[in-house]
Amino acid sequence: MAQPAKTPVVFAPWEDETQKPVIQFKNVTKRFGNFTAIDNLSLDIFEREFFALLGPSGCGKTTIMRMLAGFEAATEGTILLGGKDISPVAPNKRPVNMMFQSYALFPHLSVWDNIAFGLRRSSMPKDEIGARVDEMLRLTRMEKFAKRKPHQISGGQRQRVALARSLAKAPKLLLLDEPLGALDKKLRHDTQFELMDIQEKTGTTFVIVTHDQEEAMTVASRVAVMDHGKLIQVATPAAIYETPNCVYVADFIGEVNLIEGNAKKVGADKYEVSWAEGQTALRGTCPREIADGTRVTYAVRPEKVAISADKPKDAANAVQGTVHDIAYLGNISTYHVMLPTGQIIKAQASNTRRLANRHFTWEDKVWLSFTDTAGVILTE
Amino acid sequence: MRRFSWFNATSLTLGFAFLYLPMLILIIYSFNGGRNVAIWAGFSTKWYGELFRDQAFLDAAWVTLRVGLMSSTLATILGTMAAYVIVRGGRFKGRTVMSGMLYAPIVMPEVITGLSLLLLFIAIGLDRGLVTIVLAHTTFTMCFVSVVVSSRLVTFDQSLEEAALDLGCTPWDAFFSVTLPIIAPAVISGWLLAFTLSLDDLVLASFVSGPSSTTLPIKIFSAVRLGVSPKINALSTIMIAIVAFGVITASLINKRSVTKRLKDEQEAAAS
Repeated sequence: MAQPAKTPVVFAPWEDETQKPVIQFKNVTKRFGNFTAIDNLSLDIFEREFFALLGPSGCGKTTIMRMLAGFEAATEGTILLGGKDISPVAPNKRPVNMMFQSYALFPHLSVWDNIAFGLRRSSMPKDEIGARVDEMLRLTRMEKFAKRKPHQISGGQRQRVALARSLAKAPKLLLLDEPLGALDKKLRHDTQFELMDIQEKTGTTFVIVTHDQEEAMTVASRVAVMDHGKLIQVATPAAIYETPNCVYVADFIGEVNLIEGNAKKVGADKYEVSWAEGQTALRGTCPREIADGTRVTYAVRPEKVAISADKPKDAANAVQGTVHDIAYLGNISTYHVMLPTGQIIKAQASNTRRLANRHFTWEDKVWLSFTDTAGVILTE
Repeated sequence: MRRFSWFNATSLTLGFAFLYLPMLILIIYSFNGGRNVAIWAGFSTKWYGELFRDQAFLDAAWVTLRVGLMSSTLATILGTMAAYVIVRGGRFKGRTVMSGMLYAPIVMPEVITGLSLLLLFIAIGLDRGLVTIVLAHTTFTMCFVSVVVSSRLVTFDQSLEEAALDLGCTPWDAFFSVTLPIIAPAVISGWLLAFTLSLDDLVLASFVSGPSSTTLPIKIFSAVRLGVSPKINALSTIMIAIVAFGVITASLINKRSVTKRLKDEQEAAAS
């Protein structure tokens, strides 16, 4: 699920001190009556980024987007766009465009007029509008449907028109609110790559709101995981997946085995977690300093757990158990292995051989092993 | 296809006879040649001719038409504005009470509305005439327009307006270039409703009309009290024709747009 590098040069403006962020949230709080939707949030987003806001519904991700578009005002704090405070700027004056979850295409206008709608209200000369609309139609491969009304095209086509319309004014920032929510799974996948392609071609900064972790991982350069109006972790998809900073993030993104225990320092960033009587302590990594005896959670991803019949030599961690359940998914199988303590650990194995040649079956005694870098120690 | 049933046929015939027999008799007698309305004396269109030579009736018709056009237009503007604020204005204080109060005049007895308007016009020293009838009819029909328009606004996707703002519209521009075209059918039918209500109102008009501004319903009512003349039958037949024409045209336009939309959607799904 980790994202392949788009360009040979690593794109990471958030690590470069000289880069100025295009959007800055400074201690922003938003309250609706007694309900706090956004809680003292600070965030920098850089130019050309594809930034994903990820979280369960009601976590405040849509509120952030609506504040950027200008439909909501922050209760406290400031939001800067290109270094300027945007709170006094009306939505129609902001160099920001939004692609709505419902697409919000104007039903009484044709596809062509929908895309031209924003341009007609800008300072663009009339003769250039036609060329720009045609360019947008080409970009989204909708040339053939220019004269149709929105109710005369399919859902996927509507989604592309909505994208073309929001990109037509060449905004500094494009906001996408669950843009692929209404599409079926296969079309979603194709469209995700199309979105990345268009983002790269136009060089626009994209901020996408989604509750689909796979979608966020696929398209984004950085992902912000949110909960209850707070940012829990902001990092690249790979960092979020490999080194989550808390149990919430580890559990929210992908599958994970979580084991509670007490930490003891054994190396520079290595710790041992004693988790049950009579069981060998598990060795894992944590970049932060942890005091000995702290209650921690040991997290390891199922695909990083190897399964074998004999005890592997030189493995940092090895535990024995019996196969409790097998989930066959075609390309991979997930083994649910029950440890003597009653705990279930999931291990994934690629099905490189045919099903008939499978090594393990129900009630087999097996060994699970994983390295001390695969095991991440979480303090919260 | 359902089989023919005597029960269905009988109930249908009875029902429609109940609804349309009085009107049918009125139409037939409007072509009566004789002076007596109850005795048939051969086919003739002479009462139509008489009607068009009667200046008092023509004046009343002209007043009614002007009152209808002005009051329904005014009621449509005010009613649409009110509906927009009630549905879209967010949760401001007193919204529930105000939306209730907006619709209350529908159930208010017209006699009371008429009397209170009369008192108001006397208090502010406004002479009774065309203006007072227009104002009274606007008051009375505005809430009907609000009901029709707000039911359309409730189902209207608010993100369409936000999209218009997002693409650079001022709130005014967004209303006129996005909201209004989409709710136009409701606004038009609200206008038609207001116009019809104004056309046949007798109670309010009799309170607030002046000597120089008799509307058609008042004229008919006072003429009938002196004895039913075949001229009234002719006039009523013309009014029935106008209303029928309006209703049939409106429903045909509506039906055509619905079938076209369905067809378009089927084509889109197939492509």
